[in-house]
Amino acid sequence: MANADLKANRPLSPHLQVYRLILTMLMSILHRITGAGLYFGTVLVAFWLVAAASGPEYYEFANAVFGSWFGRLVLFGFTWALMHHMLGGLRHFIWDMGRGFKLEAANWMAKATIIGSVSLTILLWIIGYMVR
Amino acid sequence: MTDMRTPLGRVRGLGSAKDGTMHFWRQRVTAVANVFLITFFVFLIISLQGADYQTFVATMQNPLISVLMLLVILVGCYHMKLGMQVIIEDYVHSEGMKLMALMGNIFFSSFIALASAVAVLKISFGG
Repeated sequence: MANADLKANRPLSPHLQVYRLILTMLMSILHRITGAGLYFGTVLVAFWLVAAASGPEYYEFANAVFGSWFGRLVLFGFTWALMHHMLGGLRHFIWDMGRGFKLEAANWMAKATIIGSVSLTILLWIIGYMVR
Repeated sequence: MTDMRTPLGRVRGLGSAKDGTMHFWRQRVTAVANVFLITFFVFLIISLQGADYQTFVATMQNPLISVLMLLVILVGCYHMKLGMQVIIEDYVHSEGMKLMALMGNIFFSSFIALASAVAVLKISFGG
């Protein structure tokens, strides 16, 4: 029997499409998506710092970009991704210590992650607008 | 000849990636550091929003803030390099594409880290 045939016909383990979406699964997916988003979001951080290092005109230009309504929208999303990924990370620390594996605990932490990340984001933006 | 090494010593470094749990460990160490560093970063950004150039430069020239900003950049970029590596290893299956993506990940993370770090150093040294 040809080896190539065996390889081509090997069964694949089922992936996302066979599972009903549940909260802990959604948080896992969001952790990865926010991580990837932050990865590309660092371009904005580098742009901001390099512009500031290039002189006052470039600094003002970067400020205008981030201060526009679209810039603020992107930064709002950036803040949420940062908060969500951080809370997700804290959840991983708890699991690393061997705790929080019970179903109720895992579900509670999943809810806390999403509620916490949204609340923290809104809170940070309220603080941001208050101290201006 | 009798092998005097411990069972752990015999298998160490023989995993598929030849580096055991190093990737996981570094991922977690940078994650712990990031909890503090990113909290600092977020509050720095909030306090710097709308600041004029002089105020911005004066803030960044504070040695403690320069050092923390460098840590935010370097630790953050190392953490994201590790994370993206796992994503690539999970989803890119063709050997050639995987190699390209893994290299691109290192190039991108290094470039972002160094561009940001040089910018911070230039500002803090008053260049």
